[in-house]
Amino acid sequence: MEIVLVGLNHRTAPVEVRERVSFTGEQAQRAAAELRSRGILEETLVLSTCNRSEVYGVPPEDVRKSASALASYLSSFHEVTPGALSASLYHHYDRDAVRHLYRVASGLDSMLLGEAEILGQVREAYRVAHAHGGTGPVLNRLFQGALEVGKRVRSETELGTRPMSVASAGVKLAERIFGKLNQRCALVLGAGTIGEQVVSQLRDRDVAQLYVMNRSPEKAAQLAREFGGKTVPWGDWDHSLALPDVIVSSVASEEPVLMRDTVKHAMAVRKNRALLLMDLGVPRNLDPSLADLYNIYLYNLDDLTEIVRQNRSAREEEVPRAENLVEEHVMKFLSWQASVELVSLLDILRTRVKEERAAFLRERMEMLTHFRPEEREKMELLMDELLEKMLMQPAEKLRGEKKLRKKIQNVDALRDLFLNEKDRQ
Amino acid sequence: MEHLYLILTVVAYGLSLASYLRHLLAGKEIAGRLGTLLLVLGLFAHYFALLERSRGLHTVPYHDLYGSMSLFGWLLAVTYLGLEIYHRQRSVGAFVLPFILIFFLVSHLAPAGRIVETPARGVAFAFHVTLSILAYAAFGLSFVLSLIFLAEQRLLRNRHMGAVVWRLPPLDLLERMSQSGVVIGLIAIVIGTALGFLWVDRLLGTVWYFDPKYAVTLLVLVLYATYLILARSATWRGARASKLCVFNFALVIFSFTAVNLFFSHVHRYF
Repeated sequence: MEIVLVGLNHRTAPVEVRERVSFTGEQAQRAAAELRSRGILEETLVLSTCNRSEVYGVPPEDVRKSASALASYLSSFHEVTPGALSASLYHHYDRDAVRHLYRVASGLDSMLLGEAEILGQVREAYRVAHAHGGTGPVLNRLFQGALEVGKRVRSETELGTRPMSVASAGVKLAERIFGKLNQRCALVLGAGTIGEQVVSQLRDRDVAQLYVMNRSPEKAAQLAREFGGKTVPWGDWDHSLALPDVIVSSVASEEPVLMRDTVKHAMAVRKNRALLLMDLGVPRNLDPSLADLYNIYLYNLDDLTEIVRQNRSAREEEVPRAENLVEEHVMKFLSWQASVELVSLLDILRTRVKEERAAFLRERMEMLTHFRPEEREKMELLMDELLEKMLMQPAEKLRGEKKLRKKIQNVDALRDLFLNEKDRQ
Repeated sequence: MEHLYLILTVVAYGLSLASYLRHLLAGKEIAGRLGTLLLVLGLFAHYFALLERSRGLHTVPYHDLYGSMSLFGWLLAVTYLGLEIYHRQRSVGAFVLPFILIFFLVSHLAPAGRIVETPARGVAFAFHVTLSILAYAAFGLSFVLSLIFLAEQRLLRNRHMGAVVWRLPPLDLLERMSQSGVVIGLIAIVIGTALGFLWVDRLLGTVWYFDPKYAVTLLVLVLYATYLILARSATWRGARASKLCVFNFALVIFSFTAVNLFFSHVHRYF
């Protein structure tokens, strides 16, 4: 019941390699099915995101042989020479594989430390693999544990709470001021990349209405279609500033597009309702003196970048706590794995003892001719009862005593002690 | 028995404060829920502590300074719990619980104050006093919420984003919670004052008995009503209205202390 993991990620492979070895949903299922049908793995799950492609599995026999076969399969599946791929691939077994997955699900192995998306991607990969019969008892338990630890790390540490990108920092600030954004309006000025990211996040939070203003009416219409918003004519400040609660500006302009007097007038029209201004343009799009106006919250690109920088160091301080949670869940999984292996060891032992008893009686039947058949049957039953009783006690103990299961770390040693070569296989 | 309730209340409020702090600083939702549960337990224990104290002194809680303070703490906790449930927001608990705990500790650990022998009896009088103290408690809560609003707004405007800012309630919600507190306070003070006049009328046969407390209470009422109106107006909404709320509570403290102790003829501890 060993676990093997073969994969690559942003640390081990450049983007050119990662994009060649990535799996679409359909490819992931096909590869998983082939790996099982070829006997390379018994249980399989393919996790493929933009930063990683990993195959988790339970091998039928020697874990290292399976890892090697898996690496060969990956190179043939993606048509990459084994030599080109081997430098980027990592192989993890058992405890290391479990720890790796749990760190991935917790966001500890992500390019952006603590990012939240990965947990959803792990959940989705598991859901699909489970639905297609790719997972069995081991991977089910492994991935349920991964989802559990990922959730705990996010709820019990600060690793995932603070925004880590300029766009998410801007949106989180909007939530600090207005609360839920589903009854708020936003105005987008221009069409810079970061501005688009902010708008995309505002959309994710179901912002009630989005207005788009651009110097080019065609571009404005295109953006409005893309974001699902309405266009407003460029420069129509009197009307367009009265509506939004959030303004995201990323205009390519040498001069500020919004001056103090314009906004001051607009604030009077909007009865001083709070207004969040995100100036993401370089050079700045909004007059810096706007920050002094009543109920205005102005943040430029540097302000948001500084927030992200502070948050990054705060997140890094949370890593040891997150690692402790990961370790706790790794131990939990290993304890479960050991208990399952012990129970299976006892089952094998019980079968073997019964076989031994049958063989023993067969060999000595000539000496027992004075017994009638019903007496022999009775004796066999009594012997079975005795053997069952002898094995029942440790089995019950194993089921009931968690501490005992934790103590028995090396199940292989017990297997070697009690079973012969044939049974061990 | 009073001793047992006293210990139970302190433990429940103390643990509730610790849980709310954990919720605020570590963002643990479960800690917030635990804080609420412990606050409810504390409220029950506090109620029985008040009851036992009153039985021991053969009087109602508001007949001495410390009893009034304890009742104030209890009503502050009740009002906070109501707002927490209504607005579904637990981040403020960590700021309110210290006040509740302090009022409880001071009132129950201090020796019993001098009991004022007044002709004050009856249901109308009991409601007059309880509602007046409820109003002060609700205004007190709005004061705390306004202070949090001002602090958070300052941090946001100055771009000083520490760990706590990301955990505090949104400014918009703080404003709404503060206004809810003032609405509760205004309703309580209007009904409480009306019952006070009714009681005076029954006792003296006229409502036109003047006490300096009336003037201050009327001023409190007018200022809080003004706050409610201004908080929705163009010029005052936001920080200015919150500052007014803070100022108003300073007047409430003045009414609760100096006016009662030095100016009022009939009001002593509420």
